Amino acid sequence: MAQAIPAGQKWWSGGKSPFNVEYGKLMMWYFLMSDAFTFGAFLISYGTIRFSSNSWPDPNEVFRAFPGMGGMHLPLVFVSLMTFILIMSSVTMVLAVAAGHEGNRKKVAFYMVLTIIGGLMFLGCQAWEWTHLHGEGAWWGRNPFLNVNGSRASTNFTNFFFTITGFHGFHVFSGVCINVIMLIKTLRGDFDRRGHYLMIEKAGLYWHFVDLVWVFVFTCFYLL
Amino acid sequence: MSNHVDTTTVNRDSAHATFDTKPIWRTFWILLGITLVELALATIHLKTGFPPKYVLNGVYLILTCAKAFYIIAEFMHLRHEVKNLIMTIAVPAMLFIWFAIAFLADGNSYRELRNRYDRYHVEQNNTKVAPAGGEEAPTQPAKKPGSPE
Repeated sequence: MAQAIPAGQKWWSGGKSPFNVEYGKLMMWYFLMSDAFTFGAFLISYGTIRFSSNSWPDPNEVFRAFPGMGGMHLPLVFVSLMTFILIMSSVTMVLAVAAGHEGNRKKVAFYMVLTIIGGLMFLGCQAWEWTHLHGEGAWWGRNPFLNVNGSRASTNFTNFFFTITGFHGFHVFSGVCINVIMLIKTLRGDFDRRGHYLMIEKAGLYWHFVDLVWVFVFTCFYLL
Repeated sequence: MSNHVDTTTVNRDSAHATFDTKPIWRTFWILLGITLVELALATIHLKTGFPPKYVLNGVYLILTCAKAFYIIAEFMHLRHEVKNLIMTIAVPAMLFIWFAIAFLADGNSYRELRNRYDRYHVEQNNTKVAPAGGEEAPTQPAKKPGSPE
């Protein structure tokens, strides 16, 4: 929010907030930085192991199923749906933040409900995918899929897949919990009493971060 | 708790300024478009094998970074914050450049060393197994006794 700032503002000469945001939002940014490095470490270690392997299972073979389509070969379709759901819920989250700027309680609540539904849909998709893969014999320490070149694959593939998507799914879950709390506080009128909806913005930052991580998980596991 | 809003220094009027929703939808279409382009490329590659995989991987990485930029800049609103805040996030994030290059290069070097010195490893990699028709049909001799299933 950098409006109405005079040109040539001296930020560091004292008497001003150099970042021009409130404390909680700044700390949310720093928390997200640390979380980004946690996810980065996961994904980069996955990449390192993949670079150190001569061959690796083909994601288009592993992730080819879609609910209710039987054994049809549909690579990328299901994960595209998941990506779409998450991007969509990110949009409704920004719309909730925008409604918060107007101080429109009903609108904030409406968009928060949509965001929560999006999060739950994503979690449902992930639950289905995990169940499906588990049914095929994949789990931590078990890998039924062969490498692209036809040789036996190590369990690195499944270990990384379940750990990283699990960690991301846990973030989605906690994001949904935070959003539910924000929805309750909105409906109770807590933010109207406080005079601003900055808490919605902080929850929004977390929610977008979850979407951001998914962009990288999607590329690393399903496309590369 | 964390609701310590310093009303004297933070520009409070801006917290009530109208939030333009037009860029949100524009960002949404950009993100959707990029994702569809990625899927189209992947599908074309599956059907024809035309764009070679390593070219495609580079394209995916660039497109992914573009998506990340739009999410951070518009959805997380970082582009509209003051420069100090942008820098305190962007500068530490540059560590990722070193992080990714150093570790991926390390993995690659390990693969080359192992292929050169570990004959058993190379053999294992060249041994084809029957495709998974029956569950666990090819009982490979290398399996350790007592391993699950």
